[in-house]
Amino acid sequence: MELNAPSAAPEAKRIKTSNSILPLRVENLLYEANGQRLIDNMSFTLNAGPRSVILGPNGAGKSLLLRLCHGLIAPSAGTVTWQGANVASDAATHQAMVFQRPVLLRRSVIANVLYGLKLKGTPRAERAEIADDVLARTGLARFRDTPARLLSGGEQQKLALARAWALGPQVLFLDEPTSNLDPAATHAVESICRHMHDEGTRLIMTTHDLGQAKRIADDVLFIHKGRLLEHTPADPFFEIPASGEAAAFLRGDLRW
Amino acid sequence: MTDISAAFATAIHLLITLDANLLEIVGLSLQVSFSAVALAAVIGLPMGAALALFKFPGRGTLTVMLNALMGLPPVVVGLVVYLLLSRSGPLGVLGLLFTPTAMIIAQAILVTPIIAALTRQVVADLWIEYAEQMRSLGAGPLRAVPALLYDARFTLVTAVLAGFGRASAEVGAVMIVGGNIDHVTRVMTTAIALEVSKGDLALALGLGIVLIGLSLAINAATFAAKQRAEATWN
Repeated sequence: MELNAPSAAPEAKRIKTSNSILPLRVENLLYEANGQRLIDNMSFTLNAGPRSVILGPNGAGKSLLLRLCHGLIAPSAGTVTWQGANVASDAATHQAMVFQRPVLLRRSVIANVLYGLKLKGTPRAERAEIADDVLARTGLARFRDTPARLLSGGEQQKLALARAWALGPQVLFLDEPTSNLDPAATHAVESICRHMHDEGTRLIMTTHDLGQAKRIADDVLFIHKGRLLEHTPADPFFEIPASGEAAAFLRGDLRW
Repeated sequence: MTDISAAFATAIHLLITLDANLLEIVGLSLQVSFSAVALAAVIGLPMGAALALFKFPGRGTLTVMLNALMGLPPVVVGLVVYLLLSRSGPLGVLGLLFTPTAMIIAQAILVTPIIAALTRQVVADLWIEYAEQMRSLGAGPLRAVPALLYDARFTLVTAVLAGFGRASAEVGAVMIVGGNIDHVTRVMTTAIALEVSKGDLALALGLGIVLIGLSLAINAATFAAKQRAEATWN
């Protein structure tokens, strides 16, 4: 896998890329609820490597698309397939997701990470070391034994990221992970995301925050009213968007 | 009025002197009701969680039935258990009728629907919040059950307490299957009923005060512990 970052993190890479589940191929994806077409005939391929940002206004279907890709909901029609060399194994175990509002268990910070590792089937003897390691990397070590629900919003989201990081996912879905956070916490979350990317985790993130999209995106999927209007590298997208809707969104006056 | 003040005097006298008879009755009451609630919790907690998490045909009907069973009349439960355990009944060979075990069974039947129905509601609400995250982590409903019950623990304590309140206060079921036999199956509620029928209202009221006091003490202690724990764990 090619890394875009100039230098990889000094830590040993825990994510083996030789048996990646990527690329992710989405074909003619359709999702309907209550007679409304919320995802309308989307097709795209995400290869290993770059950070993808799914961009679009509220209600465009960003979160829905992420959930469909992650397998949390089943499409009405169309397919989501992982086409990498590793497809024989269960693709779900190589993915993780961080939600807009972190869902933390009512137990200590470390226990939240340990629980994720337990579900993944990590041998008991290895769990504590991995958990302490990710807490240190995310700056949560001093909250190790604090009840998770007592953390601030930003720290809770960092813990959700740490829990995902501990699983060493090949693909990490992020659903507007900073929309409830202040600038400092947003910065911390983005920094963790960058680290994970440097270690080889494929990031797929939704946002409606243009600044964040510019900071993170290597390529952009612009969606509007359930339709994929553009899938292009970030630089040309932000300079000369191909669709009128994207141009309007970038100007900040998209009507819907 | 004299009855009530006499009752208080009797109650206080019984308590201060640690009347052996009273202690025996209170002890058996607690033993029966605690056992019944423990048994009901072991059955009701997973049953409620399963009803909340698994979709199967008839789930709605079962939920309605469970909610309706929360109001089971104790005398009816007593009668059914009596029929099952009586000599000529299907479980007559066990010889359980008029024993504390029979009383535990009857109260457990009364309490299980209460615990299960309340658990179902609590776990269903929690699952709405947790479902996507749990499934993302690789836990379907079955694997999530222990974590959900654990995370709902403070609310479930209230469900179990409601069950205990029901068990310790009911008289119909234990009267029928226990028989209110002195030194064997006499508990507070059946003793109160007996004393009233004998006309010893003071002793009956005295026992009643003890019963209410115990209930208050248990609930207060649980409430305090729950407050502290919730403040810590939220």
